[in-house]
Amino acid sequence: MTSYVLGRLFALLLTTLAASLIVFLLMQILPGDPAAVMLGVNAQPETLAALRTKLGLDQPLWTRYLDWIGGFPFGDFGVSHTYSTPISQLLAPRIMVTLPLALLSMAISVGVALPVGVYAASRRGKPGDFLSMGAAQIGVAIPNFWLGLLLILFFALHLRWLPASGFAGWEDGLWRGLRSLILPALALGLPLAAILARVTRSAVIEALGEDFIRTARAKGLTSRAALWRHATPNALIPVATIVGMQFSFLLAGTIIIENVFNLPGVGRLIFQSIAQRDLVTVQSLVTLLAACVIFVNFLVDLAYGWLDPRLAAGGGR
Amino acid sequence: MTLEEEISAPQRGRGLLRAIFRSRNLTIGLFVLLLAIGMAVVSEFWTPYPPNALRIRDKLQGPSLAHWFGTDHFGRDVFSMIMAGARNSLEVALTAVAVGIGIGVPLGALAAARGGWIDGFVMRLTDLAFAFPALLTAVIVTAIFGPSAVNAMIAIGIFNIPVFARVTRGAAMGLWKRDYVLAARCAGLGDAAITWRHILPNVNHVLIVQATIQFALAVVAEAGLSYVGLGAQPPQASWGKMLSDSQTYIYSAAHLAIFPGLAITITVLGLNLLGDGLRDLLDPRVRRQR
Repeated sequence: MTSYVLGRLFALLLTTLAASLIVFLLMQILPGDPAAVMLGVNAQPETLAALRTKLGLDQPLWTRYLDWIGGFPFGDFGVSHTYSTPISQLLAPRIMVTLPLALLSMAISVGVALPVGVYAASRRGKPGDFLSMGAAQIGVAIPNFWLGLLLILFFALHLRWLPASGFAGWEDGLWRGLRSLILPALALGLPLAAILARVTRSAVIEALGEDFIRTARAKGLTSRAALWRHATPNALIPVATIVGMQFSFLLAGTIIIENVFNLPGVGRLIFQSIAQRDLVTVQSLVTLLAACVIFVNFLVDLAYGWLDPRLAAGGGR
Repeated sequence: MTLEEEISAPQRGRGLLRAIFRSRNLTIGLFVLLLAIGMAVVSEFWTPYPPNALRIRDKLQGPSLAHWFGTDHFGRDVFSMIMAGARNSLEVALTAVAVGIGIGVPLGALAAARGGWIDGFVMRLTDLAFAFPALLTAVIVTAIFGPSAVNAMIAIGIFNIPVFARVTRGAAMGLWKRDYVLAARCAGLGDAAITWRHILPNVNHVLIVQATIQFALAVVAEAGLSYVGLGAQPPQASWGKMLSDSQTYIYSAAHLAIFPGLAITITVLGLNLLGDGLRDLLDPRVRRQR
């Protein structure tokens, strides 16, 4: 198990480094000199040269890359050209919006999908299965930004239960902050729940067809006990895989949903930085997001071992 | 007479049509896709009103007999814009899938045919590509090359490449161990010829289903990019852009947010049903599991 974890950790590190290199090189293709953008069209050549030196833009590509990536382990992601502030300082308050939003969306996705998927599998071919999977089919097709608009229309404008946009912050209590995130989290989480419910249903149906379920039933277990104690735990591996993949969708989704709900999160910061040609900020944020996705995939790999001890013991996958 | 001659082409055609109409998913999916394609084609030479004609005095009208889906803040007819938007949506999605197939399938086929370090290299490349959320990749690409419908096609297409590479490799790997491949090799065929004559025809069904799924995802991605202003640019009509514009008037004209969203959802729903139906039709294993 230890060698398996170490091997995966090494792969994680290599993939993250490769991802950071790709992002760095891509950002070099972006048209526009950041120093020229910062100083405007009327800048004197000497001032421009001085700023380029200060920002390290006159250094060779490799030196710039190593300087930039070398700071990551210490939480130094560079200094934003636009705000002249360390990126870590820009990031901190925004993570306090994006991370709770992503976690809440994930909780909604799993919290809705697991019961619905298991229920549909247990009622296979009956009206309950047909209705829940029909709803899931529609849920998969709804774009999250449109669902966001519909939620605003109904819950914020019609019922006036929740705010339509903006973030109230965490300073005035947990509930005020959470209230601003409920609609965006529903917009992000429900379409993902629809996908996950379909996967859960298929996985549970497959598990219900296994010999161990017949044995459990033959030993006198009720169908409900066989479903929850034997079939569902065995269906969790494909579900965990999809949950891991959904994290990637979630991160991408926050970029758009933060725009729909006007939330000051990491996604909006990326957009603002692209618009302002703030290259260092864009490349640091994109690399961090990619690192998050790679890390979550690593956690999912580890979760396989926990969900199915045969895999951790080297039973082959 | 060989079996193939015995089952004549017209009979096979009728069998396929019967299979399509027997499957509810396939029938609905095909109907929706043909409807969207029809709207896109017809919008080229006819729409109830010119989609870009501004009539400020008619602005923000609700649905009526004159304007079925109402008008927007410039007095443009929403139904006409949705018809024109269908063309943009389908064009971008189709090109994005074509980019994915054009580059991804050869890559996946090469990985499966050669194995070893080439396979490892291609798979690590796809691992790396998957580390970037699809939409983030699209945002970066459009940020680099500028927002436009063409760049949206490339951006979404880039994400499709690793998907098709993985699917092709996965489906092709098992086939290389089959007897008929061994026989072809004994007959003197090289990797490329075997791939072209024996592997690709046998992974076709997987690719068709995957293409339908990616097509649906591309429609959503295009709408998302246009929603944040990185896709189609005015005056080109786009469902995502219409939704983005609707947000400003959501208090006074909710219909502006409803109809473009419905157009995206119905198209994606149709494509998903088509994908499900094709999987049932082409893969007997899935049919048995249901």
